[in-house]
Amino acid sequence: MSLRRIYAVMRKEVIQISRDVRSLLIIFAIPLILLFIYGYAVNLDVKHVPLCVYDRDGSQKSQDLLKAFQASEYFQIVHLARDYPDVVHEIDSGDAALAIVIPPRFSEDLDAGGTSVQAILDASDSNSASIGLGYAQGIVATFSSRVQLEWAQQRGAAPPVPPLDIRARTWFNEDLESMANIVPGVVALVMAVVGAFLTSLTIAREWERGTMEQLISTPVQPLEIQIGKLIPYFVIGMADTTLCAVAGVAWFGVPFRGSWPLLFGSSALFLIVVLSLGYWMSVTAKSQLAASQFALVATFLPTFLLSGFLFPIDQMPVVVQFITRILPARYYITILRNIFLKGTPVSLFASQFFALIIYAIVLVIMATRAFEKRLE
Amino acid sequence: MKFLQALRRVRHMLVKEFLQTLRDPRTRFVLFAPPIIQMMVFGYAATLEVKHVQFAVLDHDNTQESRDFIARLSASRYFDLMLRTQHKEDLRDGIDRGDFLLGIEIDSGFAQDLRGGKGAQVQVIVDSTNSNTALVGLGYVTQIGAKFAQDYQQDRMRRTTPQFAGIVPHVDLVERPWFNEGFDSRWFFVPGVIGNLMLVMVMNLTAFAVVREREIGTLEQIMVTPIRRWEFILGKTLPFFLIGVFDAGLISLVGTIWFGVPFRGSVAVLAGSTMIFLLSSLGVGLFISTISANQQQAMVSAFFFIMPATTLSGFGTPISSMPPFFQKLTYLDPLRYFMIVLRSVYLKGVGFDVLWPQIVAMAVFAFVLLWISILRFHKSLE
Repeated sequence: MSLRRIYAVMRKEVIQISRDVRSLLIIFAIPLILLFIYGYAVNLDVKHVPLCVYDRDGSQKSQDLLKAFQASEYFQIVHLARDYPDVVHEIDSGDAALAIVIPPRFSEDLDAGGTSVQAILDASDSNSASIGLGYAQGIVATFSSRVQLEWAQQRGAAPPVPPLDIRARTWFNEDLESMANIVPGVVALVMAVVGAFLTSLTIAREWERGTMEQLISTPVQPLEIQIGKLIPYFVIGMADTTLCAVAGVAWFGVPFRGSWPLLFGSSALFLIVVLSLGYWMSVTAKSQLAASQFALVATFLPTFLLSGFLFPIDQMPVVVQFITRILPARYYITILRNIFLKGTPVSLFASQFFALIIYAIVLVIMATRAFEKRLE
Repeated sequence: MKFLQALRRVRHMLVKEFLQTLRDPRTRFVLFAPPIIQMMVFGYAATLEVKHVQFAVLDHDNTQESRDFIARLSASRYFDLMLRTQHKEDLRDGIDRGDFLLGIEIDSGFAQDLRGGKGAQVQVIVDSTNSNTALVGLGYVTQIGAKFAQDYQQDRMRRTTPQFAGIVPHVDLVERPWFNEGFDSRWFFVPGVIGNLMLVMVMNLTAFAVVREREIGTLEQIMVTPIRRWEFILGKTLPFFLIGVFDAGLISLVGTIWFGVPFRGSVAVLAGSTMIFLLSSLGVGLFISTISANQQQAMVSAFFFIMPATTLSGFGTPISSMPPFFQKLTYLDPLRYFMIVLRSVYLKGVGFDVLWPQIVAMAVFAFVLLWISILRFHKSLE
């Protein structure tokens, strides 16, 4: 092992990276764009549901009910239907996601006791549909109890019990900001991209361009190549993490309740894991296309889908839940969430750290052993 | 005669491409395995359904009423009762550790307030690290609570003023969910996954393939042959187009057969619009290849496009909930149109008469992107 040779390989890699300024810029722009889109555009809460109304009664009461929908920020009336086929067309074309149909004689039926309105909803987006339906039910229930209250007051009867008062207290993410959940996810995602994607190309590129032969003819050792090649990407990855974390906390106001050394320590561990994984794939695949596709399937997708970043793990089928336990990203995201949102003592997530350390050791050894310094 | 010669050249190019792509076992694997693996993983993992939320209860009141309320929660399919406790610390620690997501706290006096006709209070503590789950979970508690209050009230009225019981006015909302009657999250996500996979795959393959020739220097060799620009591009992209069509068919079958998503529309509409979408993905890939000197640049640029394109396509969250600026931005995303087509053809079963605006939009994208790329391709050689 020679520090001089490691330094030489590292310098070569740095020169190669810095020649391609655009890629470098994109690497730093991606996390910011992701934060921007997730911070401002993506909202899992459902608002402004496009609503089509078909009022077959046309009475004062039916208009009152529709006004309640109009006043709500959850709905936006986009169409007043003239007949039933009109309603069907609105839903079919996707112009409206929900249609409220008020029956004829709505007002008279209401005076005589009970009546009902129909909610036709496009349930193809099941999540938004059920949240939207919940809001619609809330509006109708409020309307119903208002009518009841007036009715009871006119007859001097005991006013009905107001519904149960549910006082919610949200912990760790008090304003239910999805951003607080997104920032740790974006950090992990960016690390997976920088780590596995970029490094998956480094060795494959040498094979593809034929420069590997030149590298092999030098006295440099496999381990020296590995360390020299990975150090620049390690630095880029750490810089990206810092950028994400600072932007998340300073710009998007995500809380930071843990400690910075903990953040850097766990990030360094996770980076070693993904860098070694990307390097191993690069050594094995020998073609840039294959290596990058492997990296996509093995690191980016799991980080995106299976780490609990967007889709909650406890809602997945048991088999998939088991698979998530094999993924380093899951442990890293758990640590990040603790650091950002909970600020719980390290002892509560020491096992996650331990898991990452084991991954790092195993993958570094695997990557080193896979590299063969010979031509076939 | 000239045309026949051109065709022959395209055919040579095609043969070369197919040989090159299918020769390497690793590349063969790349073409067919990842789409299927991704389809399976995505299909299982992508769900926003919230069920079996684990919760704990701290019941200071311990009356008939409070027990009834808790029983309603734990009987619903949305909640699983994990712990009954008398200590506030247990709630705190359990949520800290992530043992459960919700803590329900009922103060003493709950039943008294209900019987007295005052609003009774329930405290819900929720771990909102994942804001969606927290939001949906809270929504369920509220719904169950409202039903509980309504039933309690009716019960009370029947006892106190039986003469009014049948004639109190009330409005119900009758729900008619169309297209996805069981609110199955998978029905929504699986068609969307097809769109994502097609975009990523065809775009990446095209961008990489062209740039690779440039990177290893074989592009110059091809350009000194009598082949023309459009012949080269046609020969280069047609294989990926065909592979894309084949893969699209494959994963659509996985979606229908394995995941049981209903297919209510016409195969012809789906096939036609898939091809048009693939052309626009090819266009993006070709465009990236004209602005990239090597595969690393191509990959980074592709990624730069994919992330916003997927997020803004309406794949995971509805476009109508986005701020107006982003809603306008989504019109620049070809995937947006294909998402609508996929979901409509699968679940709604509508045809060309409803979907033509989306299909026309995709065709315009395909045309413009391919045209620009062919123009730029000329320049990028020098």
